[in-house]
Amino acid sequence: MNTSARQFKEQATLLTQDLRHRQLIQTAIGKYEVVRDRVRSRYQDWNAARQAAAEIKWEAVNHLDEHLTRFATQLEARGAKVHWASTGAQAREIITNLLREKQARSIIKSKAMTSEEIHLNAALEQAGFEVVESDLGEFIVQLRKEPPYHIVFPAMHLTRHQISELFTRELGSAPTADPEELTLIARRVLRQKYVRADVGFTGANFAIAETGMISITENEGNARLTAALPQVMVTLLGIEKILPRLEDLALFLPMLATVGAGQGLTCYNSFYGGPRRPGEPDGPEEYHVVLLDNRRTELLADAEQRDSLHCIRCGGCLNVCPIYRNVGGHSYGTTYSGPVGSVITPHLRGLLEWKHLSYASSLCGACTDICPVKIDLHHHLLQNRRNASASKPSRLERLAFKVFAYVINRPGCYALVKKVGRMAQRLHPLVKGSRLDPAYAWTKTRDLPPIAKQTFKEYWSSRK
Amino acid sequence: MTEREKILGRIREALSVAAPRPGGAHAESTPAAASVMAQSSTPRSWLPKVGEGYAERLELFRQQSSDLKTELRVVASTGGFRDELRRLRESDGWKKIGAHAGTLVKGAIADLGLPVCWTDSGYKVEELENCDAGITECDALVAQTGSVLITSRSAGGRALSVLPPHHVVLARRSQLLADLPEAFALIRQRYGTDYPSFISFVTGPSRTGDIERILVLGAHGPRKLTILLSEE
Ligand code: SF4
Repeated sequence: MNTSARQFKEQATLLTQDLRHRQLIQTAIGKYEVVRDRVRSRYQDWNAARQAAAEIKWEAVNHLDEHLTRFATQLEARGAKVHWASTGAQAREIITNLLREKQARSIIKSKAMTSEEIHLNAALEQAGFEVVESDLGEFIVQLRKEPPYHIVFPAMHLTRHQISELFTRELGSAPTADPEELTLIARRVLRQKYVRADVGFTGANFAIAETGMISITENEGNARLTAALPQVMVTLLGIEKILPRLEDLALFLPMLATVGAGQGLTCYNSFYGGPRRPGEPDGPEEYHVVLLDNRRTELLADAEQRDSLHCIRCGGCLNVCPIYRNVGGHSYGTTYSGPVGSVITPHLRGLLEWKHLSYASSLCGACTDICPVKIDLHHHLLQNRRNASASKPSRLERLAFKVFAYVINRPGCYALVKKVGRMAQRLHPLVKGSRLDPAYAWTKTRDLPPIAKQTFKEYWSSRK
Repeated sequence: MTEREKILGRIREALSVAAPRPGGAHAESTPAAASVMAQSSTPRSWLPKVGEGYAERLELFRQQSSDLKTELRVVASTGGFRDELRRLRESDGWKKIGAHAGTLVKGAIADLGLPVCWTDSGYKVEELENCDAGITECDALVAQTGSVLITSRSAGGRALSVLPPHHVVLARRSQLLADLPEAFALIRQRYGTDYPSFISFVTGPSRTGDIERILVLGAHGPRKLTILLSEE
């Protein structure tokens, strides 16, 4: 087992036993489910909407070169600068150089999973910049020096008491159990940072090819402040964020809000198409957009799983996943967790190192059912398993299947094995669940159903 | 070769193998699926329904506003804006407001008797931050979602509607649209040749659920959103 797989197993084992953690996650997701279903039931035809969204994304991703070119041309025509980065390292370099050139010191950031993906904060801090996350959840996990727990709800795993302790320790505020007061504390600290920040950094939920705009979805207003106050604005986004037309948002924005957080529409959906225009009172003098590949083109080259680039990062599949809900977001050890993370991480970071995630699934298909853009998630997990075993077959597994095939092809032999098995299981209780148990991997946390006293064949011939 | 060319090159190479269209192998559940886009090019028939006529729209907008914790006040004419603003000035103890030089705004705050931070030709961030409210116009209201459509042109820039703790929107009856497709059609029709650098759908006051998924208003943006709608 490789390191990532071992870590996943250790963490997952710890967390599934942590009842407090499970309780917290179940409550949070339980609340979400109620509102999500209420909002979704208002749609006249949710499934047709999903189909349409899938088709629009298909069109975008399968003509990605044309749409990206159009997006960049449009944006540049309006005075923005578009940068292209093949790798995370290149993106970090582009951004660091830009900040140096602007002699920036402090950067205010709104939520961006792409920035987590390329570990931007660490790089910027190392280069001597002050980096502050402004989304409340992100701000909290930044103070705790840990990655976000969930792509939409970064601090879902913390109680208000933990957050209060954290604020007391890091910000010197008085302890309080009131979420409203905690929010106010963060708001006050961050307002000061906004006023001082030289550069505002954002991610993007969508990029509109036709009009050269990016679209940001948020509830707090921190992204809006990030795009309004600093003199320089930088947006980092993956190349797959493209949508062809502005009108496509009329469908995608409400769907993202519905599955993402159970809202009809998220509080602020804002489109930015360049720096401040002549006649506008505020906004940045300079606007830079960094387009990130970072092995997305490898995912694109896999026609079978290309639709995983349709993902709008709503987090819906995480919320419904029985594995995610028990092992939690941090166990995955990846930027993108849950079903979609298990599908794409092997492509983005290496199949053999990350194939174990494809087995962290009950294959129940709840992810595929919820996905607003109809990504065939659970089948992709199976395909990853297939690809992994084709590229590096396990000898033990092959041996096991050989033995199995041998037995199953010989009825006499099969009958004998069943008999022996029935006898042997009488002794099983003696070792069950202990290390001596040959089925230990299974029985340490589960029951082993007993073999029937009589097989159907035996029953059939003993009739009358 | 530039990075741009390299990335585009990799994309073209990847796309030389065609991917199956969505709704192929595993879409038995929606037989009409394949033709969904062909039937209609707007999502109007799938999104939540909006009734015909102004009265029904207003009712829906009212309902949405109350769910979102937006304060909606309907007044008979634009003259009613003044009374509403005076009421807010008293109840919330306003000392100073931010505003832009829109016709509706100018008329509504003319006799409010408060110092005004005008954003139109630039302003000091500290000054705007100290305002008790930002008063703006808008492009449209959307009944389907309870949203206000604003742009940097219609609402005095990017910050006026988000920096002060209270955002007050002035709107007219004719601006109340049915749904999102209608709002996007309006954006294109009004700005299609020269888009403002900032366009936003504002749906309720700023909020967060980041602490135990408990709703808190006023995370970074305004804690209060008031919409004054003139029936004139
Ligand atoms: S795969 Fe689908 S459900 Fe999961 S985050 Fe992406 S869009 Fe949402």
